[in-house]
Amino acid sequence: MSDSALPMPGGGVRDVTPERPSTGHTVAGYPVRETFLEKAHSWVVTVDHKKLGIMYIVYSLLFLVVAGIEAMVIRIQLAVPHNTFVSPQVYNRVFTMHGTTMVFFVGMPILIGFANYLIPLMIGARDMAFPRLNAFSFWMTALGGILLYYSFIGGVGLSNAGSAPDVGWFAYAPLTSKAFSRGHSTDYWALSLTISGVGSIGAAINMIATTICMRCKGMTMFRLPLLAWLYVVQAALILVAIGPLTAAQIMLMVDRYLGGHFFDTQAGGSAYIWMHFFWIFGHPEVYVLVLPAFAFANEIIPTFSRKAIFGYPAMVAASVAIGFVSLGVWAHHMFTVGMTSVSNAFFALSTMLVAVPTGIKIFNWIATMWGGKIRFATAMIFCVAFVFQFLISGLTGIILSVAPVDWQLHNSYFVVAHFHYVLVGGILFTIFGAIYYWYPKMTGRMLDEKLGKIHFWIFLIGFHLTFDFMHIPGFLGMPRHIYTYEPDRGWNTLNMIVSCGAVFQSVAIAIFVYNLVYSYFKGAEAGADPWDAWTLEWATTSPPPAYNFATEPIVGSRRPLWDLKHPDDLDSQWE
Amino acid sequence: MGDESGPGDLPPVLKDEAVPNLRSRDDRGSEAAVVFPIKRHALRGIAAVLFSALLSAHAYAIPQGTSVFSRDATPASGSFSLQLFVYTITIGIFIVVGSLGAYAVVKFRAKPGDEKAEPVQIFGSNQIELSWTIIPVLIVVVLFLTTARMIFAIQDTHEPGNSIKVTAIGHQFWWEFQYPQYGFTTANELHVPVSDPKDPTPTYLKLGSADVVHSFWVPRLAGKTDMIPGHPNEMWIDPSKPGMYEGQCSQFCGTEHAKMLLRVYVQSRTDFDAWVKNQQTDAVATEEQGKRVFESQACINCHAVKGTIANGRYGPDLTHLMSRDTIAAGAAENTPDNLRRWVENPEVFKSGSNMPAMNLTPEQLTQVTAYLATLK
Repeated sequence: MSDSALPMPGGGVRDVTPERPSTGHTVAGYPVRETFLEKAHSWVVTVDHKKLGIMYIVYSLLFLVVAGIEAMVIRIQLAVPHNTFVSPQVYNRVFTMHGTTMVFFVGMPILIGFANYLIPLMIGARDMAFPRLNAFSFWMTALGGILLYYSFIGGVGLSNAGSAPDVGWFAYAPLTSKAFSRGHSTDYWALSLTISGVGSIGAAINMIATTICMRCKGMTMFRLPLLAWLYVVQAALILVAIGPLTAAQIMLMVDRYLGGHFFDTQAGGSAYIWMHFFWIFGHPEVYVLVLPAFAFANEIIPTFSRKAIFGYPAMVAASVAIGFVSLGVWAHHMFTVGMTSVSNAFFALSTMLVAVPTGIKIFNWIATMWGGKIRFATAMIFCVAFVFQFLISGLTGIILSVAPVDWQLHNSYFVVAHFHYVLVGGILFTIFGAIYYWYPKMTGRMLDEKLGKIHFWIFLIGFHLTFDFMHIPGFLGMPRHIYTYEPDRGWNTLNMIVSCGAVFQSVAIAIFVYNLVYSYFKGAEAGADPWDAWTLEWATTSPPPAYNFATEPIVGSRRPLWDLKHPDDLDSQWE
Repeated sequence: MGDESGPGDLPPVLKDEAVPNLRSRDDRGSEAAVVFPIKRHALRGIAAVLFSALLSAHAYAIPQGTSVFSRDATPASGSFSLQLFVYTITIGIFIVVGSLGAYAVVKFRAKPGDEKAEPVQIFGSNQIELSWTIIPVLIVVVLFLTTARMIFAIQDTHEPGNSIKVTAIGHQFWWEFQYPQYGFTTANELHVPVSDPKDPTPTYLKLGSADVVHSFWVPRLAGKTDMIPGHPNEMWIDPSKPGMYEGQCSQFCGTEHAKMLLRVYVQSRTDFDAWVKNQQTDAVATEEQGKRVFESQACINCHAVKGTIANGRYGPDLTHLMSRDTIAAGAAENTPDNLRRWVENPEVFKSGSNMPAMNLTPEQLTQVTAYLATLK
């Protein structure tokens, strides 16, 4: 489809001639410049939501590889008991960096990156509401990641892995105080998260403002693609959750450098308060990461099942419900800290309640596939695997919500397996799906499907070897965060299997990265709408011009391109 | 499951006897394969293999010393029965929802020719949405009531008058156990009497920390409770079987978190009383040379030996060191040879330990080790 006029059923076509700066000629709306330096410059100074989105995604993928290597170090160390591959100190630094990186510099930015790229296109806007804030947010996030990794070469230098943080990703006080964490490792951790937190808040404000204010004509809130809805809920959670984290980091820095005693237990401060501050951020954070995963599934599953999403209003309601309930569950990370029985019962109940709206989502995805004609493109098989794996991780979540069971399984490898099932089996699978689905839109070329299928199957095998078997050492009493273990506990074979699975995953990631690079140059031409999909981003060219749509689209239903393709069977009559 | 079943036993359905059944079913599958398409047989075979793999993983799990499937003590047994209940519910949900999903994926895959027309568009159904909202709510209600009951049963108990009181204090990276009723302190190996169900003598632990957050976890006795500085916690155990129960710190507490191991010796009442009597006595040391080295070095800044001038509290109490099976919080067996290596350079067993190498001469080492070996 050309990028000029876009006729929409139920509305006319407004003739808006885009005014573009006339420096040199343009291809697909982007000005083509002469030198590499000028090209790089154009990316650095850009305020275009698509370029920023792509930068977020590429930045996160780089960190995915880095944090993946850290995961491999962990798995090599734990493959056999009493291993001496790395020293205890280095191991502690590596798992802290792995967790912190995966949450703050892979998960958050890649999901925000997709939001940046997709929301304006999906709601028929030309950019985010605040393009400059958008660029500022990206560069703050980028600065946070760079500062965190500078810790490896800062401080005491490269020996002993520099002074990378070694207090675990939830950094319980008073381990982070000056008395127990000497040097600057904890400072790198606290400052980098504070800085990237500023970026996340900026991005969240932008997402909400864009979705509320920038919708094209006819795009009422109840015609919004579900992806945009989920991102609104996600952004609201970011706004609520990042605040306490940043506050806690600032208090920590006050303790460390200005003689404060917030968390200084030897001076009457409270270790307990840190836990509350951290988890009142930490639990909504889980939903900050998982809601976009739902968002991708909500777009990909209908397209490849060739059916409209089942129960759109229920899906919206469930998303909003998850948003609210998730604000009241944080202390299920704290069942073992000695809360009263009533508090324990309350947080057990609130945690179990999350299962209800989450269940609604799973049922609706299955109902969407029901009666469809499912095409198993790589994007779709990742999402199908996601549905089943997310079901399992939800059920292990219910197991952990039962406080007396959690007293046993808390901080064991069962918990590690549970949240990796969510983060990898749920979120990373849909991120892969999203990349296979929207890469053609972003680059104009298809990702290689054959490589994609190989990537999927190897990753699937690796994922299940690693994370299915990881539950069992938890049952057998293996705590997390240990750099080695006793050989007589019955954990040896299981840990070896888990480590072997990690090798499969690494191979799959290598294939994936190769596919990304190879297809960028050699992939098949995508065209505007390679999947025969129904949302607005497929109405413009691939990649879209800088201004997205030559004329502002006017929509009459949730699936504007369905209406366009089936003028005799408009969605609006059913919605 | 009967009362006589061993520690960590699994319900009969998961025992090995189930395997032959499964195999014979598989055999029938292969006969059926003659009639049915080969695909079905393959699927069934894969399922059988996966299931027996799971079974062997479980069978392999049974003899382990730190399994959470335990009936050796309350409250661990309460957690275990609740676990069985929760696992049954979640596995049930998985089977129902998973089969629906699998059916949809297999049944509604695109077939050749399907690309010509789109399937019927269905936008939703309020009745169906309502049903899969209400049923999960009912399940949550049942689960919550069961959970709440167990929470209150475990947390809100009244301490009987004849309980054993222990104050457990977490240190980087070892455990201190004070027995206020008997007036002595020991380290890393907790001794408690076995509890007679007719006249229970549970052990009540007050949990504290000298530095950072630790967590006390002996899976076969009870779930874990954190040891938080400035926030004293309590837990109790009521073990019904004598034996040695292992555990370890389960809240990351610094460099040597992995080697902060823990042992609980559940003893018969007479054995326990004899142990207490010995612990209450002062140290009887005959190795004067070694004692002199010990007391003239920095050892006594951190370690206490009752009845001598050594009264440091930063490290473990050594009064009856030789009554313990391990040193360095379970990092090594307590033998004279290991003691010597440990004193010479703690890094050989535990590189992040807070105990410094004392740079003793070989002669001094021999003397100190000989002295320590007399602390029975």
